Amino acid sequence: MTTPVIELRDVSRRYDEGPPALRDVSLTVHAGEAVAILGPSGSGKSTMLNLIAGLDRPDTGTVTVAGKRVDGLGEAASARFRRAGIGMVFQFFNLLDDLTVTDNVVLPAQLAGMARGEASRRAAELLDTLGIARHARAYPGRLSGGERQRVAVARALMNRPALLLADEPTGALDTASGEDVSALLTELNADGQTIVVVTHDLALARSCTRRTIRLVDGKIAGDVAANPEPTR
Amino acid sequence: MSGLGRVVRSGVGRRRVQTVVIGLATTMAVTASVLGGSLLVASAAPFDNAFAEQKGAHLAAEFDAGRTTSAQLSATASASGVTASAGPFPTVTTTPTADGPGDPAPMSVVGRADPGGPVDAVTLTDGAWADAVDEIVVSADGPFAHYREGSGVGRRFTFPDLPGSPTLTVVGVARSISRTADGWVLPSLITAPTGYQVLYRLATADTAEQVDAGRAAVAALAPEGALSGSQSWLVLKKAADRAVAVFVPFLVAFGLLGLVMSLLVVGNVVAGAVGAGTRRIGILKSLGFTPAQVVWAYVAQALIPAAVGTAIGVVVGNLLTIPVLAETEEVYGTVTSAVSPVVAAVVIAGALGMVAVTALTSALRAGRLRTVDAIAVGRTPRHGRGRWAARLTARLPLPRPVGLGLARPFARPARAMAMGAAVLFGATAVTFAVGLASSLNELQIARDHDNADVRIGVEGNGNAVPSGPGTRLDVDSAAVTAAVEAQPGTRAHYSTTRTRVSVAGVAGTSTIVSFSGDATWDGYEMVAGRWFQAPGEAVAARPFLTATGAEVGDTVTLDDGGKSVTVRIVGDVFEMSSEGMVVLTDEATFAAAPGPMGASHHIAVRPGTDVTAYIGALDTALKPLGTSARPARTDGGSDTIVLINSLTATLTLMLVAVAALGVLNSVVLDTRERVRDIGVHRALGMTPKQTITMVVSSVLVTGVVGAAIGVPAGVALHGAVMPAMEKSAGLGLPASVFAVHDLPELLLMGVAGLLIAIVGALLPATWAARTSTATALRTE
Repeated sequence: MTTPVIELRDVSRRYDEGPPALRDVSLTVHAGEAVAILGPSGSGKSTMLNLIAGLDRPDTGTVTVAGKRVDGLGEAASARFRRAGIGMVFQFFNLLDDLTVTDNVVLPAQLAGMARGEASRRAAELLDTLGIARHARAYPGRLSGGERQRVAVARALMNRPALLLADEPTGALDTASGEDVSALLTELNADGQTIVVVTHDLALARSCTRRTIRLVDGKIAGDVAANPEPTR
Repeated sequence: MSGLGRVVRSGVGRRRVQTVVIGLATTMAVTASVLGGSLLVASAAPFDNAFAEQKGAHLAAEFDAGRTTSAQLSATASASGVTASAGPFPTVTTTPTADGPGDPAPMSVVGRADPGGPVDAVTLTDGAWADAVDEIVVSADGPFAHYREGSGVGRRFTFPDLPGSPTLTVVGVARSISRTADGWVLPSLITAPTGYQVLYRLATADTAEQVDAGRAAVAALAPEGALSGSQSWLVLKKAADRAVAVFVPFLVAFGLLGLVMSLLVVGNVVAGAVGAGTRRIGILKSLGFTPAQVVWAYVAQALIPAAVGTAIGVVVGNLLTIPVLAETEEVYGTVTSAVSPVVAAVVIAGALGMVAVTALTSALRAGRLRTVDAIAVGRTPRHGRGRWAARLTARLPLPRPVGLGLARPFARPARAMAMGAAVLFGATAVTFAVGLASSLNELQIARDHDNADVRIGVEGNGNAVPSGPGTRLDVDSAAVTAAVEAQPGTRAHYSTTRTRVSVAGVAGTSTIVSFSGDATWDGYEMVAGRWFQAPGEAVAARPFLTATGAEVGDTVTLDDGGKSVTVRIVGDVFEMSSEGMVVLTDEATFAAAPGPMGASHHIAVRPGTDVTAYIGALDTALKPLGTSARPARTDGGSDTIVLINSLTATLTLMLVAVAALGVLNSVVLDTRERVRDIGVHRALGMTPKQTITMVVSSVLVTGVVGAAIGVPAGVALHGAVMPAMEKSAGLGLPASVFAVHDLPELLLMGVAGLLIAIVGALLPATWAARTSTATALRTE
């Protein structure tokens, strides 16, 4: 068994006076895994993703990502951790519209202090790998949904993160673009990238992950290995 | 509650940042406007206003007590053209001695039971009116008030010439706009009056002829020859207008700056706040709200916090304005009770009107949008604007947060311009204020020309009298000169003697100052021409030149009791003594006998000389001559200049605060609008410090541009106001008063402008850095 990339131990999180968003959840994800977190709206999927990304803190329990406890990090340390160890892909891409594709992609590296030239070379590599090199100087607004999500993936991979978190990555895409992104994630995982996808799309979960965790009312209701040989 | 009411209530209550920003901006703008407006009102004919308020006397008549009685004078109240009168009040002029180092100057004392009345309602500025025979109230504008650090209340004066040589205690300080007395006592104290004072208001008194006609009518009803003297209000008005004229341009400049900035900030904030709600407007329209309902909802949402802000602003503005107006009144020599209600009313109406119109304009624009477009606004980023700047800054060798921030103003140019205008006004105000303060300091230096270390005799400006008990006026000046020159440590020395002379064609007398020795080292500054060098040459102050119609190069004949001397004016010197009616020349040109004020000696000691020890040694030599030396630089600064500096500081702080608030408002709106982008940055690993850097950087370009324009604008404003002050005061000011800005100082002013922008951005930057990333990402 490889090193754990994510370890959640007895994690609970409650917002205000509402019911707990997560209750005593424990979970381990190893390097190279592709895991789908499934569940209906309000089941705690986004809360779990936020805790793993260091965007939120649990009320109880511990969260360790890539060997680092992230549940007690301050804002600055959390940002540095995210910069170095996590790549995030969002449902609505969250690309910065006033920056070109290249400038969007190099941003995490530049925030980390990487020289512009070196960052540009890495971005060009990624854009080429992801098949969107021709759009390097374009603005996101001119791209299709699938292309935008590829740009978002390239940006997420810029700092070679140990973990790629994707929050409903096909939620805003048409079927063809969704399949395109799904294939991309599968390819990345095949190359060794650890991926956690939060989705309510069972088809996406089946196509690009090999393990499915089902959340219901803040608890893990199922954790099953599936598609041991993912379709390429 | 109707649907519209609910929308308004939720808009005000739930959109707290916007509500607070509108309220805060209105508060500051109204505060600044009340202050600015009050200054403008106070600066508009302050003498006329105070004269009307205090029912000043158009004619103050003095009657000889030996030729009339109080009862006879009562009849003059019915003279033709007289609409009201006060008096007769018994008067006496006597020279009191003070209970300490004092000024043995003559005091015009009037017996007056109460300060009010139909004419010349005297206003107490400190203490109370005299109600016992051992009490006196002194004039705030005379030499007997403002004793040391206090107003003079509690000081005691002995009147050796009055029956019983009474000692009176000062119980109050009061101001008469008609300057009718140096001191007021109970009438019963003046048992042997030398005269009676009667004060008249006339139906028409706009010209000297009309006042003369009133005087003639009064004189006709009094016993023949009883009218021994009179004073027209026009003379006082002329003097007062001239005195305040120096300060009116600068107060008007500050007042206008405050008003313009306030309008700018409120307009910017309300337009931005309503514009930021465009998407909500779209949603309301999609729910069935008519465009008119939506527009009124948004106007109301802006007006509610604006009304609260206005109410607070009026109160704060009044509280702040009262002390500022008190200082202004000291400058103007007037008394006004408080902020004009008209100013408050105009400001309230103006502020709410401005908010309503701006909100209406922005809401109408939003209301006209198609519903689908309105909904899309805010969720779909605007394309195109400022991309070139984003591309450029991405390639600059700067930390990425700085680059991202620098590009921001180009994405929202209108907002950036509004923010830049706030910085511009702030930088203008700071530059203008610093320039003005420097000019006033230069003015004081030039006025005091006090490079001397030691003085003997009267004060240098000639307006004061010998100080210190035992000072004799008949000191042998030549002996003093010999003692000074024999004293080790003396580097330079000169003496002056002042004499009253008359000049053909000029009413009243002028002063000629005769110099013995070289005085050029003592800081006399020339406005034009040069210092006198040869016998027959003289320099004169601008008021003298204006009064005589002479120019540099002309000759003027001075008459000293039958002895005429003609001098050639070779320079226009900055000299404010004797109200500028002064000619300076060498004693070889005009060798006058020491006048009643005696000669004064001005000494500079050699470098390294201990002034105290020098004075001690010199006093030993001077003692047999009946005089003594004292340090020359113990005089305090001019009260007026201190007041102006204090006013300048208050007004500048106010304007800078408004400017910083303008920036803060713009950055708050911008940060709110970009909260999702900020969330993305944070999710990608931007630290709180980098977030602050990015937001603060977003105001740097605007701040630099605002400062780059504001600083020269401040210099230009200073360049316009100073000559206006010079012209309205009828003075000639030396070049040092105008040329007060140098490059390092201007660069500092530019930095100050930039600081206004940075300080204004810090709060929203911190707020952005603290915003939860997860929340920001969910925000639409």
